[in-house]
Amino acid sequence: MNTETFYYDNRWAKNFLIATMVWGLIALLIGLTAALQLVFPELNANTSWLTFGRLRALHTNGAIFAFVGNSIFAGVYYSLQRLLKTRIASDALSKFHFWGWQLIILSAVITLPMGLTSSKEYAELEWPIDIAIAIVWVAFGVNMFWTILKRRERHLYVAIWFFIATFVTVALLHIVNNLAIPVSFTKSYPVFAGVQDALVQWWYGHNAVAFFLTTPVLGLMYYFVPKAANRPVYSYRLSIVHFWALIFLYIWAGPHHLLYTALPEWAQSLGTVFSIMLIFPSWGGMLNGLLTLRGAWDKVRESAVLKFFVVAITCYGMATLEGPLLSLKSINAIAHYTDWIPAHVHIGTLGWNGFMIFGMIYWLLPRMYNTSLFSQKMANTHFWIGTVGIIFWALPMYVAGFTQSLMWKEFNPDGTLVYANFLETVTQIVPMYALRAVGGSLYIIGMLVMGVNVFRTIKSGNFIKEEEDSAMPLTKVFKKAKGEYWHRWIERRPVQLMVWSLVVVLLGGILEIVPTLMVKSNIPTIASVKPYTVLELEGRDIYIREGCNACHSQMVRPFRSETARYGEYSKAGEFVYDHPFLWGSKRTGPDLHRVGGKYSHSWHYNHMLDPQSMSPGSIMPRYPWLFGNPLNTIHSQEKLNVMVKLGVPYSQDYIDNWEHYMDLQAQAITDDLREQIEEVDVEKSDEIVALIAYLQRLGIDIKAEN
Amino acid sequence: MLKFIKHHMDSIDGIGLYPVLSFLIFFTVFILMLVYIIAVDKKTMKARSSMALNNNELKAFENENQ
Ligand code: HEC
Repeated sequence: MNTETFYYDNRWAKNFLIATMVWGLIALLIGLTAALQLVFPELNANTSWLTFGRLRALHTNGAIFAFVGNSIFAGVYYSLQRLLKTRIASDALSKFHFWGWQLIILSAVITLPMGLTSSKEYAELEWPIDIAIAIVWVAFGVNMFWTILKRRERHLYVAIWFFIATFVTVALLHIVNNLAIPVSFTKSYPVFAGVQDALVQWWYGHNAVAFFLTTPVLGLMYYFVPKAANRPVYSYRLSIVHFWALIFLYIWAGPHHLLYTALPEWAQSLGTVFSIMLIFPSWGGMLNGLLTLRGAWDKVRESAVLKFFVVAITCYGMATLEGPLLSLKSINAIAHYTDWIPAHVHIGTLGWNGFMIFGMIYWLLPRMYNTSLFSQKMANTHFWIGTVGIIFWALPMYVAGFTQSLMWKEFNPDGTLVYANFLETVTQIVPMYALRAVGGSLYIIGMLVMGVNVFRTIKSGNFIKEEEDSAMPLTKVFKKAKGEYWHRWIERRPVQLMVWSLVVVLLGGILEIVPTLMVKSNIPTIASVKPYTVLELEGRDIYIREGCNACHSQMVRPFRSETARYGEYSKAGEFVYDHPFLWGSKRTGPDLHRVGGKYSHSWHYNHMLDPQSMSPGSIMPRYPWLFGNPLNTIHSQEKLNVMVKLGVPYSQDYIDNWEHYMDLQAQAITDDLREQIEEVDVEKSDEIVALIAYLQRLGIDIKAEN
Repeated sequence: MLKFIKHHMDSIDGIGLYPVLSFLIFFTVFILMLVYIIAVDKKTMKARSSMALNNNELKAFENENQ
């Protein structure tokens, strides 16, 4: 058979790489802004689209889907062609994928600061963008599988397995977590409520970290580390174990914790073992990556690329050790809601993801431009600034996390809280936030150094659009060799094997989510819990729009330290009408689930206008625009209709006469405000009235019962 | 956080079946994978481990390690 000559397409790998750098810088600058806002609340600038709640969502989405996302695609488009000895299947799909993804990011950059958000963490984008994501994602998948079918190399290298697992699992996660009914083009309510919504969301959250920030980047590791070190992978056996153990344990050990007591004894014991075992494949992978550099440590000293890889892989090991530890009950009780969690996450994104990406950029760009890196020295400088940046980011946040958690739980001998005023626990850690911002700035300076270096490198070279290679085509027929091993039979059928293993992963994963879809009818209802009034519902949507849940939780846990601070702990039955749930994940401010009735209307009025007037030293942003804006009620009735579709019991009378009911409640609040504050300039149609209605409603259904 | 609500799932009829099934599926695949890993021959694994390298890179590596 004759060898065939063909051309690799470098254009899309390059474009994705450039997009990685541009969006990465933007995402991190937004992160830095948000970090500084916690130190200098004036930076919220009394401007809606600049406030912390809205910027935080933009930062997290940008870091995950724009920075890491684009880099994954760059790596896939480069490595897939070479590993399969064929050109990417469709130039048109590549182009569609690239521009589609950039448009999605652009629409996020526009809509999230506008406050168009579903409030579900890392899935904040509204439904039309969610559909666009699904379409572009499928285009990517088709292009990938098509290329696999066209390949000239029989065996699918382990990196490709990681890419495939990523594609399948992310598709499933994205679709299930974003199931929603639209109210309008820019607003929707999720089909799940309360507890169920939370379960689905964190099934998504857990696996998004696993299958968007981990598996594809491991694929990159298995390709680019051997390339950069010019060494074969240390152990291919270990890499197969790494892949299967990771998929198996991530999908199974994550949500199964929810069903733990429903398992028979033997499975529970195994489950415990598995959760701890999750450390082993991760560390196996880490060692496999590091040991690939065996005999090349002298190169590490000179090469910035290898240095980046070494620190990235080490951070992977650290984050995957910390993760299982954080899932232990005793540690979780301390760490949850504190700044320990952002610290953990940033070891992952800045260290593991970021440094893998930088290593890849420094290795790949000069090759695609047929030149050498403009300055090794600058790359090394970037490495050192970046490393110091990560340390300055993470260490203060660990300290802040411990400090918070200790202060929240400290009791006086007489049984009262030492820091009864939550604000004290905030002002205590503001210096740590300042240090964190220094760490972030260093990291960004490193990226700017990279930018200059990359620019000069590109200038000095010529882009190779198409790269020639040659290989023999695959033979169609197999001949069975005498006495061959049985496993050869499997290896000759990689595509069938791939399909079946996908079925297995999907089936196992779907079985895990099924009980969650049934949980609704098993939540004990509480008779005194009633749906929100139409005004409260609108207030709740303002809460969502402003991203208050970025700083406030709404879930009082059954710990003495929490019930003493906030009151009665939260019951599952209280959330049955919450589409979406708003439990939050971090307490930069206090929990709000029992805030209803705690303060007067006027307190909230003044606090929202200027938090520092009621709580001196507060780092909560001001919300002046809520006072001028009239509440938009165009969709109020439709909102009630959608809620009814989702099973919330509003009567037909209520839906027909919503305006009347809204008016009554708004008038009462406005009257109170006029009474409580002299010469107050408030109209019953102001947004603030709806927000106050919502805040005063929080948690009182239970109080009414007692 | 989720641990305070998960007991609501325990009251679903036949709930135990789902995790056990899911578990068995994964466990079987896991064991099959281990069997495969043990059975597969060294030469194949060695060849696969250098699949990321192209011919020139591989030659350079082999020269280096002679
Ligand atoms: C940057 C983080 C942050 C954001 C965003 C934020 N808050 Fe706060 N919030 C705080 C902090 C810190 C406190 C405690 C100090 C104080 O009372 O101002 C607080 C306190 C409160 C309190 C008083 C709670 C109590 O029990 O004393 C309410 C009510 C409140 N916030 C509502 C909101 C609403 C509504 C939004 C969205 C429109 C919001 N917050 C957005 C940080 C934030």
